[in-house]
Amino acid sequence: MNDIMIYSLVTLALMGGVLSIILYFVAQKFKVFEDPRIDLVDDVLPKANCGGCGYPGCRKFAEVTVEAAEKEHSLEGLNCPVGGNDVMKEVAGILGLEVEEQEPLIAVVRCFGSKENSPAKIKYDGPATCAFAHNLFAGEGGCPNGCLGLGDCVAACDFDAIHMNPETGLPEVNDKCVACGACVKACPRGIIELRKKGPKGRRIFVSCINTEKGGPAKKNCEVACIGCSKCFKVCAFDAIKMENNLAYIDFDKCTLCRKCVPECPTNAIHEINFRPRKPKPEAPPKQEPETVLATEKSSTQSETKPAGESNPDERAK
Amino acid sequence: MGGVHPEENKFSENAAIEMLPLPKQVIVQLGQNLGAPSKPLVKRGDMVKVGQMIGKGESFISANLHSPASGKVLKVDDAPDASGYRRPAVYIDVDGDEWVDDVDLSPGIERAIKLSRQEIIEKIKECGIVGLGGATFPTHVKLMVPDGKKAEYLLINGVECEPYLTSDHRLMLEKGEEVLIGTQILMKALEVDKAIIGIENNKSDAINHLNTLAAGYEGISVQPLKVKYPQGGEKQLIKAVLNREVPSGKLPIEVGCVVSNVGTAFAVYEAVQKNKPLIERVVTITGKAVKKPSNFMVRIGTPISQLVEAAEGLPENTGKVINGGPMMGKALTNLDVPIVKGSSGILLMKKEESLRPTSKTCIRCSKCTVVCPMGLEPFLLSKLSKLAEYERAEKQKIMDCIECGSCQYTCPSHLPLLDYLRLGKLRVGQIIRTRK
Amino acid sequence: MNIFTISGSPHIHGDENVRKIMYTVVYALVPAILVSLYFFGLDAVRVLLISVLACLFFEWIIQKYLIKGPITINDGSAVVAGLLLAFNIPSNIPAYIIIIGALVTIGVGKMSFGGLGKNIFNPALVGRVFMLISFPVQMTSWPVPKPLFGSDIMADAITGPTALGILKEGIGAGKTIDQIMADPNMPDYIDRLTGNMGGSLGEMSAIALLLGGIYMIIRKVIDWQVPFTIIATVFIVAGIFHLIDPQHYIDPMFHLFTGGLMLGAIYMATDMVSSPMNMTGKLIYSVGIGLITIVIRLWGAYPEGISFAILIMNAFVPLLNNSFKPKRFGVAVVKK
Repeated sequence: MNDIMIYSLVTLALMGGVLSIILYFVAQKFKVFEDPRIDLVDDVLPKANCGGCGYPGCRKFAEVTVEAAEKEHSLEGLNCPVGGNDVMKEVAGILGLEVEEQEPLIAVVRCFGSKENSPAKIKYDGPATCAFAHNLFAGEGGCPNGCLGLGDCVAACDFDAIHMNPETGLPEVNDKCVACGACVKACPRGIIELRKKGPKGRRIFVSCINTEKGGPAKKNCEVACIGCSKCFKVCAFDAIKMENNLAYIDFDKCTLCRKCVPECPTNAIHEINFRPRKPKPEAPPKQEPETVLATEKSSTQSETKPAGESNPDERAK
Repeated sequence: MGGVHPEENKFSENAAIEMLPLPKQVIVQLGQNLGAPSKPLVKRGDMVKVGQMIGKGESFISANLHSPASGKVLKVDDAPDASGYRRPAVYIDVDGDEWVDDVDLSPGIERAIKLSRQEIIEKIKECGIVGLGGATFPTHVKLMVPDGKKAEYLLINGVECEPYLTSDHRLMLEKGEEVLIGTQILMKALEVDKAIIGIENNKSDAINHLNTLAAGYEGISVQPLKVKYPQGGEKQLIKAVLNREVPSGKLPIEVGCVVSNVGTAFAVYEAVQKNKPLIERVVTITGKAVKKPSNFMVRIGTPISQLVEAAEGLPENTGKVINGGPMMGKALTNLDVPIVKGSSGILLMKKEESLRPTSKTCIRCSKCTVVCPMGLEPFLLSKLSKLAEYERAEKQKIMDCIECGSCQYTCPSHLPLLDYLRLGKLRVGQIIRTRK
Repeated sequence: MNIFTISGSPHIHGDENVRKIMYTVVYALVPAILVSLYFFGLDAVRVLLISVLACLFFEWIIQKYLIKGPITINDGSAVVAGLLLAFNIPSNIPAYIIIIGALVTIGVGKMSFGGLGKNIFNPALVGRVFMLISFPVQMTSWPVPKPLFGSDIMADAITGPTALGILKEGIGAGKTIDQIMADPNMPDYIDRLTGNMGGSLGEMSAIALLLGGIYMIIRKVIDWQVPFTIIATVFIVAGIFHLIDPQHYIDPMFHLFTGGLMLGAIYMATDMVSSPMNMTGKLIYSVGIGLITIVIRLWGAYPEGISFAILIMNAFVPLLNNSFKPKRFGVAVVKK
């Protein structure tokens, strides 16, 4: 009995020893050199693996940044939207480089064809994927560019930042959004856009991407951009472009003067997180800090209701 | 292999083809054929006659368009199509039925084929003939057999395997002679000496009628086929009639066949013998609640609402309107949509039949695999497409799917198999195109 | 205005549904249930009721409180699992064992994978094998049938071995087939065919099981190829060995009509969820079941092997599904 134990112990120990020596040499032989900075960069990345940077996963992004630092000595064009400026600064620090401050972005849903504004003219009966419905028909409300309301963007979001509002039938972005762009890719109609968050979360945008002429657009949806160019005319900063019967506000040029908002005859221009307007439109907006980053509220509401009072999750007409 | 047998419900099979009166306005969509849309030749305010060319097919796979009515062009503008998307169309305010001069409107049957092979193809192209079975592939392109290939058989598709539809059936009964002459013209264009008309056994009157007539036409025979859906598919028809399998991803010419619909054969007859462009077609209007299921000769561009009126009105509880048959037809978003070259029937479904049963989980019964006429695994393909595993789906031959709907029809769990398959096909198609 | 519905084609649907399929299986089991009632009387009623109700109860409780999803106990799949489980156990088994078996059947065999359609193994067999290993004594003390109207020659005997058990024991003791067949407990051919022998509820009558099988084939719930191939494989292999040494290996007909072969081949191996999804795969799967069954019967430790055979082959199903594909249209055709 004792013999057996001794034999087995000795055999096992021998095997262990021999195999570890073999393994050591094999490991030496097949060793892959890896820049240690990749690990360092990888460590500071948020590990969301969301693909928002354009690369599959944080590890790949770390490799790409190190490579870019090695070859081009700059991190231009590389940005981790989830980590934001803090993380990018750290990354640059590791690599001994500087990065430009990027203004934080946020996903913006550019459609307000809610159940009320664009009532259903037909009922869709099929799988709840926008991708399929988009190929089948124009949409329950009839707008060929409008939100289908089946939630592909919600399914694509890894950050719990976009949800369907059952009342309006539209998705709503909350402040968890890190601008990774997954919803932008998921939307078959390109309704969602990454825009600058703006100072104190204030931003103005045209909440419509319908390129039809005014008549048919308005027929399907109360709040469609009808391409009347009124906002274009009023804008003093050349920030508004008119193309295909549609106005588009360039967020780089927009100074958030809010002049275009009341001009829109269909309330298609939305202003977000602004103080409610005084009865006199020329009163300058007060620069008080806004703590609640409210979600999209249309101009009509912010005229009547203070922003702070409204529920941030509510996106009302 | 494969296939299902849905309830036939051919309510209108005994209703003779009637002429539908001209509408007040026709909307002729410019993209009626498979391939590139036609280019408009008219503008606002132009006066047009029946048969006048108003749209020209300019690229290789494209077809000409002709005015289905005489009157004034109201506008050339986007009009919502069946899916609700707006597509370019020509609106014509109708003021009468004045034809262009060179069309032979006499009722007699012209039997002698005077034109040469090349002239026939030219004539078919000029008259804008497309496959009227539903795919609307331009016929003249089909007739140009690629170099190195030789057509051996012309198959005429009189299967009409879709439930409810009867337009081809009525056409064979009432215009049998014309269909046969059209077949002969196609044979001449293809330089084949054998043509087989495949008809399912549930249309025994049409089989008998054409059999009698075909005795006078050399090389044309009628083959009765077992009733099975989707036998009207090109590849399925060739398999059923000649027991040849078209290789995956290839065209029927690969096995020496060209397939044409009976409706197309009739249109070819009219174009070649009577010089009449494709401006009207037989459309079935039917449904369980329709008061008068019937078959109409309808001008292209007629709003569907007018057809519904002619069938004595929209039934109270209509829940779904389908352009085509219940297995492959497209649901319509509204009734103002015009009839296009590919509309073989309008099916009005009752509210209670129009909603899908609730879907449950897959019980892996493999019934979809058994019924798939292409030998695919719909359960797997729809899952792969749902998971966006497009490369694996491509390896599993997703592009071979003919979208016949047999899998979804038969699924005991009522899963939207074809919906996901179609999405997968679309995505895989995009991937393949980017690869080239 | 009338609001229409829009959806992708097809717009009509066949009249098949899950519930209908499951209840077809239940109806197909009716002849076998009647036979078991005839032979075991109230005991059979007790086992069947406890098993079915326990399966339904566990499915309900798991769906309601653990998965918190929709409750689908009326789709019939739990009833089928309960019936098949009851068919696999002796009629005199204590109620608590049946309930434990039902818990394993539904809880482990089915719900742990995610419910109907997702289980790899046949749930009833998972339950059965669990019970066989955990309660070997109770699971192998087969009551001798007491026909309602039949003679009661064996009235004194309360439990007895199955025909396969007698065979296995006899071979183990070194007896020849003739000596074993002379055993007074051994059922004769007529008894084997009609089910007048010791065994579990559902193993009794091959004729009743075949009737149900034919009904299911007509209703297209199962493919005839699967049970046929399994039975044919068992028959052929047993036949070969019988020809080689008739004193050591019993004739193949004996194998067909004893034990759970019919039950397993017709009702368990054909289970849609856990069987392969194309014909080539199905044939390989069936041959595998037949081979493993006969190997266990001839040389294994257990007298009966079909449950193990089916479970083992169930594990190969994903591999078979991946390796074999239906014949694609227009692929590998010789070009003209």
